[in-house]
Amino acid sequence: MIGDPVSRVDGRLKVTGAARYSAEWPIDNLAYGVIVQSTVAKGMITAFDTEHARSSPGVVAVYTADNAPALPDKGRAAMKPPAGRELSLLQDRAVRYNGEPIGLVVAEKFEQATHAASLVRAQYESHTPLIDMQSALPSAYPYKPNINGSFPPATQRGDLAAGLAAADARIDATFTAPIETHNSMEPHNTIAQWDGDQLTLYDSTQFVYGVKRFIAKIFGIPEANVRVISHFTGGAFGSKGAPWSHVVLAAMAARALNRPVKVVLTRKQMFGLVGARPHTVQHLKLGARKDGTLTAMEHRSISSTSSFEEWVEPVTLATRLMYACSNQQTAHELVRLDVGTPTFNRGPGESSGIFALESAMDELAVKLAMDPIELRLRNYAERDPESGLEWSSKSLRQCYSLGAERFGWSRRRAEPRSVRDGDAFVGIGMSSATYPARRAPASALARLMPDGMIVVQAATHELGTGTYTIMTQIAADALGVPIERVRFELGDTRLPENPISAGSLTAQSTGTAVHLAAVALHDKIAAMRGDVTTIVSARDLVTRGGGQPIEARADAKPGDEQKAFSMHSFGAIFAEVRVDASLGTVKLSRMLGAYGVGRILNPKTARSQMIGGMIYGLGMTLTEDTLLDARTGRYLNADLAEYLVPVNADIPEIDVMFMDERDPQTNPLGTKGIGEIGCVGVTAAIANAVYNATGVRVRDLPITLDKILGHTSFAD
Amino acid sequence: MDDPNRREFIGTVVTTALASVLAPGTARADAASPHSPPGAPPPTLTPPPDIPVALTVNGTTVRLTLDPRTTLLDALRESMHLTGSKKGCDHGQCGACTVHLNGRRVLACLTLAVMAQDQPVTTIEGLARGDTLHPMQQAFIDRDGLQCGYCTPGQIMSAVALLNEPCGPADDDVRECMSGNICRCGAYPNIVAAVQDVRTATARG
Repeated sequence: MIGDPVSRVDGRLKVTGAARYSAEWPIDNLAYGVIVQSTVAKGMITAFDTEHARSSPGVVAVYTADNAPALPDKGRAAMKPPAGRELSLLQDRAVRYNGEPIGLVVAEKFEQATHAASLVRAQYESHTPLIDMQSALPSAYPYKPNINGSFPPATQRGDLAAGLAAADARIDATFTAPIETHNSMEPHNTIAQWDGDQLTLYDSTQFVYGVKRFIAKIFGIPEANVRVISHFTGGAFGSKGAPWSHVVLAAMAARALNRPVKVVLTRKQMFGLVGARPHTVQHLKLGARKDGTLTAMEHRSISSTSSFEEWVEPVTLATRLMYACSNQQTAHELVRLDVGTPTFNRGPGESSGIFALESAMDELAVKLAMDPIELRLRNYAERDPESGLEWSSKSLRQCYSLGAERFGWSRRRAEPRSVRDGDAFVGIGMSSATYPARRAPASALARLMPDGMIVVQAATHELGTGTYTIMTQIAADALGVPIERVRFELGDTRLPENPISAGSLTAQSTGTAVHLAAVALHDKIAAMRGDVTTIVSARDLVTRGGGQPIEARADAKPGDEQKAFSMHSFGAIFAEVRVDASLGTVKLSRMLGAYGVGRILNPKTARSQMIGGMIYGLGMTLTEDTLLDARTGRYLNADLAEYLVPVNADIPEIDVMFMDERDPQTNPLGTKGIGEIGCVGVTAAIANAVYNATGVRVRDLPITLDKILGHTSFAD
Repeated sequence: MDDPNRREFIGTVVTTALASVLAPGTARADAASPHSPPGAPPPTLTPPPDIPVALTVNGTTVRLTLDPRTTLLDALRESMHLTGSKKGCDHGQCGACTVHLNGRRVLACLTLAVMAQDQPVTTIEGLARGDTLHPMQQAFIDRDGLQCGYCTPGQIMSAVALLNEPCGPADDDVRECMSGNICRCGAYPNIVAAVQDVRTATARG
C-alpha cells in the first residue's frame, strides 16, 4: 500500500474527460465575463468609452472604475502579502502595468463578451514606465521584512572579508535570470454563484480555504457565507496559490447581476495578471583553499517586484545551509518595475539560487582543478551550518555517489571540448539540490459508510501531484483495507481545513492528518470489537450503530521537533548535453536526478513528479524568457508559440533514483515532500554541462545559442 | 452573394477566425483591444445573428443555435457540456483541444463549429466502448502518462490519431509526432512509453 506503485485512482476520470475542472461545472443561467486590460503600463485613466460595448448584442453589463461596485477599503481589506495580494478590482483609475485589468464585460455568450470587451476604450494620462531590469538596477534597495514570515532577509556568520583574504582561489560572478511565467495548461478560471448572501466559487486553485478567507474579507462578509470548490486543478506551479483579480471580479459581477458569472483568463492574460518568477540578478563570491575547503561565501540577490507590492524571491536561503562554511553573508534586494507582482514558481527561491551557487561551485572546481563532486564533498554540511541543528535526515552523500555511478560520471573528461560526437560537443555536468521539508496544520475526517466504504475527507487539492492517490493509499494502509474500499474527497471548504498545496506541504501535512484519522477510525472500530477489513463486519457495525457512519477526525499539527531539527530534502542532478559545433544549439541528451526526499509513498507517481520538475527546470534553463517591451511594458511573447515551454521532442531519457530514506522526525509517515525539489539544480547541472562541452560559461538564463555562438571560447 | 447581410456575415467569420490565428500585431487594425492605440475609436463591426448548426459528435447528432463565431471547442464545452476537450490557449498552440474530425486529429479551437457540420467528430468522451477503455487510455493510466490531467484528453486524441499516421517506429519519432501537445507537468517520457506500448501491442495483434 504505502510504497506500492499504485496507478492513479483518478486516472480513469482524467483519461475519459470526466474529471471536472472548475470552469466545467454545468450552471444554469451562466453569464460570461471577459476582462478588459490596460494598454499602457503606468498612469491614470482619464476617461472610459464603454458605449459601443454596452450596446453590443448580448452584453449584460460593463464594469469599470466608473461604475464597479465599491468594495470595503477599496478592495484592499484582505491584503496581507505574500498570500493576500494587492489586486486590480476596478476601485480606482490608476494603471500600474500594461495589461492590468481595468474592466469586465459580461454577456450572455462567451463570443459576445469577447467581442464587446474589444470595444471598450480608455483614455490615459500616461507616464514613462520602468521595465528593464538592467537599467533599473541602480534603484535596488534592501528588502527588510522576514522572508515568508520566518527567514531573516539578510544573514552574516563569521568574517567574510577574512575568509576571502584567506582563500587561495576566488570566484566573483554575476548570474541573471529572466521572468519565468508558469503557464499551467488550464488557464485560471472562476465561476461565481450567489444564492442570497451565500457565495459559491468554483475556482482553479491550490488553496480553497485561502480563497474562502480572502474573498470573505474582500467583500466584508462572514467566512461562513463563502464556499470554494476545486476538485481538479489543471496545473498550478505556484500561480494558483492565492486568488488573483479575476476571482473577485467574477464574484463582484455575479452579485451585482444576481446571476452566476464565469471568468476564464485567456492564455495571453496569464502573462502579468497571475504572477511569475521574477527577474533575478545574483552576485556570488566564493573563496576556497587549495584543498577545496570553502573559506568564504557571499550571495546577494536582487529580484524584481511590482511598483505596488514587495514580493521577494527567497533566493539565498539554500546558500545558507548548503555547505559548511564559517564565513558567509547573504542578502536580498528589490527593484520595483512597472509590471505585475511576481509570485511563487516551482522551487521558489531554490530554483534561482541554486543556479547561481552551483554554477559558481563548478567554476571554483575548474579553478582548483578538482572534481566537482569532490569539491562538494569537501564542504559537506554534516549539520545545518546556519542554525547549528542536526538534520532530521540527509542522504546527499549517497545521492552524489549512487547518482554518479549510475550516470557514468567517472567517464567525464574535465577538459572542455574534449568530447566530440559528429557535429556536437558533448559535456556532462552536475548540481546539488535542496528544498525545505515543511509541514503545516491539517485536518481529516475518516468515515465508515453503511455500504462498507471508507470515505476520507480533507480540503486539500489535486494539481497533478497525485493527491487523490497517495491519500487513498495512506488511509487504506492505516486501516488495513484494499484501496478500492477507500474513497478520498478533497477540494471543498465544507471538508476539514487543510493548508495550501504548495511548498511540498501536502504529503507531509494532509498526509499526516489522513493517516491519523484513519488510525483513529481503525481504533474506534476495534473498540467496538469490529473488523474493518471485512465488508460484512463493517456493514454490520454501521447497522448496529443505527445506520449512521462511524467517523473519526484528526487534527494534526507540527510540534517541537520542528525546532529541534533542520528538515530538508536533498538531491544531486546530472545532465549530459550535446552542443552543435556550428549552430550553438543545446540539446539535453540525458538527465538523472538522485534524491533523498524522505519516504516515497508511491514510487510511480513520485517518479513522474520528479521528472516533471526536471522538465520544468529544463524550460527555465534553455528556453523560457518572458519578454517585455522596455518602452511600453507590453508582453512580446504572451502565448505558447513564442513563450517556449518544453515539448515532447525536447525531452530525452530521464532517470530518477530515490535514496532509501524514512525521516524519523518530520511526521509519522517519514515523508519530506517532493513537489518542488525536482525543478531545483537542473539549471546549474545543464549550465555546467554546457561549459564542459564547450568551454563557454553562460551565467545568463536561458542558455540560448546566441550566448554560446557569440562567445570567444566557442570559435570552432 | 451580393446580399450585404451575407457579405457582412462572411466578413465577420473571417475576421474572427483571423483574429484568433494571426499574430497580435496583424490583428491590431481590427478588433483586439489591448493592441489598439489608446483612444482610437472602436470598430463598427456588427456581430452576426445566431445560426443553426448541426454537429455529429461521438455518433449523436445535435442541433444547436450558435453565434457563428463559436469554435468547435466552445460548442463542445459550453453548449454540449462535453468538457473533456480542453481549452489551453485558444490559439492552436497547445493541443489540449485536439479532437478527431473524420478520424483525423484537428484543433477544435481553430475549427469553427459551422465548419464541422456533416463530418463525424470524436472527442475523448467517445473513445471508450462502454466501460472498456480504449487501449491508449489504459496505457496512459498504466504508464502514468498524465499528472494534472488537463492536457491528457488532447494527448490521447493525438496519440490515437498517430496510430494511423506515417509516424516512424522510434521513440524520437513519437516525440516529434506528439510535440503539438504541450504538457506543463512534464509527463512526456511516460506519454511516449504509453504510445509505444499501444503501437507494439497493435503490431503484435
